[in-house]
Amino acid sequence: MASTTRTPHPREKRIIFKNIDRPGWTNDIECYLHDGGYEELKKAFTMKPEQIVNEVKASGLRGRGGAGFPCGVKWGFIKPGGSKPVYLICNADESEPGTFKDRYIIHQDPHQLLEGMIISCYAVNARLAYIYIRGEFPEGAKILEHALAEAKEQGFLGKNILGSGFDLEIYVFRGAGAYICGEETGLIESMEGKRPYPRIKPPYFPAVLGLYMCPTIVNNVETLCNVKHIVRIGGAEYAKMGKPNNTGTRLLCVSGDVQQPGYYEFEVGGITIGELINDICGGMKPGRTLKAVIPGGSSAKVLNAKDRYKIKAKQPDGTTVELEMGLEDIPIDFDTLAAAGSMAGSGGVIVMDDTRDMVWALNNINEFYAHESCGQCTPCREGSLWMKKITERMLHGGGVEQDTDTLKTVADNIAGRTICAFGEACAWPTQSFIDKFRDEFAATAGKKGSENGSTNH
Amino acid sequence: MDIPAELETKIDEAITQYPVSKRSATLPLLHLIQEQLGYIDEAAIEWVAKKLGLEPINVLELVTFYPMIRREPAGKHHIRVCRTLSCAMAGSYELLDTFCKYARIDRQHNGHGTHLLKSEDGKYSIEFVECLASCGFGPVCMINDDFYEAVSQEEVPQLLEKYQ
Amino acid sequence: MSEPTDLLNVQIDGIWYQFKKGTRVIEACAQAGKFVPHYCYHPKLSSPGNCRMCLIEMGMPKLGPDRKPALGPDGKPVISWIPRPQISCAQDIAEGMGVRTDSPLTRECRNGVMEFLLINHPLDCPICDQAGECQLQEYSVEFGTAGSRFLEEKVKKPKRVELGPRVTLDDERCILCSRCIRFMKEVAHDDVLGFASRGSHTYLTAHPGKLLDSNYSLNTVDICPVGALTSTDFRFKMRVWFLKETKSICTSCATGCNTIIGTRENVIYRQTPRENNAVNSDWMCDYGRLNFHYVNSAERLKIPQVRDSQGLANVSWRSALAKAGEELKQYQKDGVAVVASAKMTNEELWLAKKLIDSLGTTYHDIVPRFGEADDLLMSADRNPNTLGAQLFGVTGEHPGAKLQEIAESIGSGEIKAVVALGEDLTQIGLTASQLKKLSTLIVVGILPNETTRSASVLLPACAFPEKRGTMINIKGRLQRLNRALQPPGEARDDWEIIRDLIQQLTGSNGIYLIEDVFKQIADTIPEMKGLSFSRIGDTGVQLVDETEEARAAAVTV
Repeated sequence: MASTTRTPHPREKRIIFKNIDRPGWTNDIECYLHDGGYEELKKAFTMKPEQIVNEVKASGLRGRGGAGFPCGVKWGFIKPGGSKPVYLICNADESEPGTFKDRYIIHQDPHQLLEGMIISCYAVNARLAYIYIRGEFPEGAKILEHALAEAKEQGFLGKNILGSGFDLEIYVFRGAGAYICGEETGLIESMEGKRPYPRIKPPYFPAVLGLYMCPTIVNNVETLCNVKHIVRIGGAEYAKMGKPNNTGTRLLCVSGDVQQPGYYEFEVGGITIGELINDICGGMKPGRTLKAVIPGGSSAKVLNAKDRYKIKAKQPDGTTVELEMGLEDIPIDFDTLAAAGSMAGSGGVIVMDDTRDMVWALNNINEFYAHESCGQCTPCREGSLWMKKITERMLHGGGVEQDTDTLKTVADNIAGRTICAFGEACAWPTQSFIDKFRDEFAATAGKKGSENGSTNH
Repeated sequence: MDIPAELETKIDEAITQYPVSKRSATLPLLHLIQEQLGYIDEAAIEWVAKKLGLEPINVLELVTFYPMIRREPAGKHHIRVCRTLSCAMAGSYELLDTFCKYARIDRQHNGHGTHLLKSEDGKYSIEFVECLASCGFGPVCMINDDFYEAVSQEEVPQLLEKYQ
Repeated sequence: MSEPTDLLNVQIDGIWYQFKKGTRVIEACAQAGKFVPHYCYHPKLSSPGNCRMCLIEMGMPKLGPDRKPALGPDGKPVISWIPRPQISCAQDIAEGMGVRTDSPLTRECRNGVMEFLLINHPLDCPICDQAGECQLQEYSVEFGTAGSRFLEEKVKKPKRVELGPRVTLDDERCILCSRCIRFMKEVAHDDVLGFASRGSHTYLTAHPGKLLDSNYSLNTVDICPVGALTSTDFRFKMRVWFLKETKSICTSCATGCNTIIGTRENVIYRQTPRENNAVNSDWMCDYGRLNFHYVNSAERLKIPQVRDSQGLANVSWRSALAKAGEELKQYQKDGVAVVASAKMTNEELWLAKKLIDSLGTTYHDIVPRFGEADDLLMSADRNPNTLGAQLFGVTGEHPGAKLQEIAESIGSGEIKAVVALGEDLTQIGLTASQLKKLSTLIVVGILPNETTRSASVLLPACAFPEKRGTMINIKGRLQRLNRALQPPGEARDDWEIIRDLIQQLTGSNGIYLIEDVFKQIADTIPEMKGLSFSRIGDTGVQLVDETEEARAAAVTV
């Protein structure tokens, strides 16, 4: 029950997670400094902010929170020399079901985050920054506040950092149990003291009209940590890791029906779903077979283990070939998973074996989205609860024939029609579960309550 | 409303972290008050509104949106069990039942309640919450601010022993 | 030839138009005759884009390799259509933009939104005030589906909530468009409304310690697209499709908000504001809005009366007017006073001055009434036509300045006769016993008071919704009242009564219609030259440039 230290798998490439579960490692600044910490910050101050932005652009770093948006492009939206102050917010609201990576950085290696964040603030000229941490990490918030105090004491924060002329204050802002605060404009509204209703875009693009209607950069914890390493080795070197357009390393979180669930770091695209499940995570439980995988957090579309996937892959020589492969052969990177009809998302890989009832699984997910919908716009507010009520009824023996089609069309009426991506997030599970496992849903029509999925109620 | 001087000092300090807009301090203030006094009542809503120059409705809007902000006191010890997919697959629904049994909490309904489920003696309260971000080591739960992974039903009684 | 730079080319449903730069997409569609259904959008409020009903297909010019729009065979930009539908309420048009308001995707979007709005909506139509003017009903018919496929239990929320003293809220009907919240915050500057809870359980509320009691609370009822917010005064009183709607103006203060008076079978049920961007935008205050119940009062004066030895007796109009003329002829010049009202129309005031001139008296004035102005619509001057009274010389530069003198002269006995036009003389400091001292008291009024009870001749007249005429508001705007009701019993138009009184005195006439009165005014008063009743229109005519005083006294929205 107590937290055990987990040894990294030999195949991992631990850069961001280098210090997680490291024997003898403690999360104080002395330990971090002793290990060479904050050298990259010193190096960053020898560079011009534009240079750092260029390195990040060259690195090809894509956001690690779930959207996978190129970080350098996002930073490039901030035009230097504007009249309004620029803000930077670290999105530490880790709430995507299946995801558990930022937690460890915050609790065990907070200074890596701070260093990456300070460098990033310098790059975009943000003098005031916040870490939005989910309310359910109370210890994490204390650790970060302590780390910030340590950093300030050492002169890495505050006025004229390391004689650079750059001032920066960072504060911790605690959330209070709302997944929608992970959406960057919902986060901004929450920070402004309002209900966290995401903003319409256009016109409220954070880089233009963000926090307090000023240019704002919102980046995930893992993304900001990567910035430190990009400064360390340079953007071009970073881009050598992973694959073109899918560079660097990625933290993968595996949960569900595998022998050794946990967190692992690999080069992007450096491991396939099958390798991850079987070689790294010890494979399926005895006597069980793989049935389904959700590769990128519960918002990602589910993939059927029995399907064959036609992936268009760009070859090194520039030509495009169409490869056919099974689920287990799919490499875990942004582009391939997108081509397979899902997404890399937050890196949360949820594995389900043949004992799992798909109706039960979707109902569990639907209940999550129904709870977390902020309620601002019509399709998501009404549709998310409706979908949950249908799957609940299907599960408990009140299913009728039209339910499956109703579910699907309700989801179709949500995706693409909402203010923010929560619409897709709550619709894709339903669309994909029905698409891939329609028979199970159709079979609930007229049947008594399902006993499968051992944990249903 | 009686805000102890020490708490008010913390509150004033918190407000300084939002130099651009005092309204940003609303949720931080609610956290601070709830930490000390256990929950947010009417007086607290009005106090926070007055302190930040807001209308009471502005504070009420937030208090009712965020599940972690309580309108009524929790038990002496508050338990949160995760209900989302990976933990559910690992047995978190059964874990919830086991907690309720040993904490003597009578649960009429399942799911993410808008009100707390409390034991009669007020010692424990329980909430079935959404993903707590430790999915690979489920089922997970929190008791007060302490976090526990891979909690088996068997160890529930001894866990609760620690919280008396 | 260069085009004016503030016009942009936009294609709507295949046809190219030009609109002013800064036009909202949804407004451009409306100008092109393509109505886009919407709930949360309101031209006078901020646009949150939450209802999703105004989703349309949008496109931008396809850019060629030279980064300039590629032109099609018609010489116009080729449009590259965005696959994801866009809302049209929160974006302005851009050069070369394309919009499809009626494509299969657009219709699918609307159908989807309608379905979502109705799944938790209570089937209250039979008991809901909004029926007949409900956008949920209307758009459901046009864009929705006849049947429902929702098999679950609907979400339950508070019903019949007293949101404030004048507004009743039904949370189940609410579609969470937030118009009311935005109105209270942005226009009424009283941020009292908000949303509580989350997701599908979200509901509108006010904090229990601070209810919706603003003087502008009822505007939220107007803008609520459904029957969630209802006027407690109007609730369950009348089906709106039975109401005859008459355009008029409010007479409770000098602002003259434009209104619609709703009546049925000669009873007034409600007043609602009418848009006039030069006066009141889309709003009016609660005080003026609800200030009409007295019109329906059973106490209304209905029959002309003349005092005999036993008190006031009912007589015919002919007798009453003859008696009034007979009495007034006994007095010359400053033996008689005329106390008029700035609640009268211009036509009535014009004729009142003629009456004053016929009597030859210098004792005449109006009764001023003042209150506190708010910084929105309510003027400090609670009379709707002070400027009119001044323009026609019924009162002077300082309205009411003559009243004390008049009161004293009545007390001293110098003034023996008074003509009270629509005012109660106890308002100018006279007591009932002083009134009884007058030999002649000709009263034109609508409701009983001390003055009517002391009258020697009592002539029943019209309340404001029974009048046809014009008034000049505090900003010098000439606006028209239209008749929404017939006066009760034998009560008559004030202007006709005053004309007949003049006729009793001078014998001459020539005025048959109210338009004749107006024509006389227009021919005489330079500021109104060239105007006619119909020329004034529904939104009025600005007569004079705002004086500094008027600007200071007036309020802007």
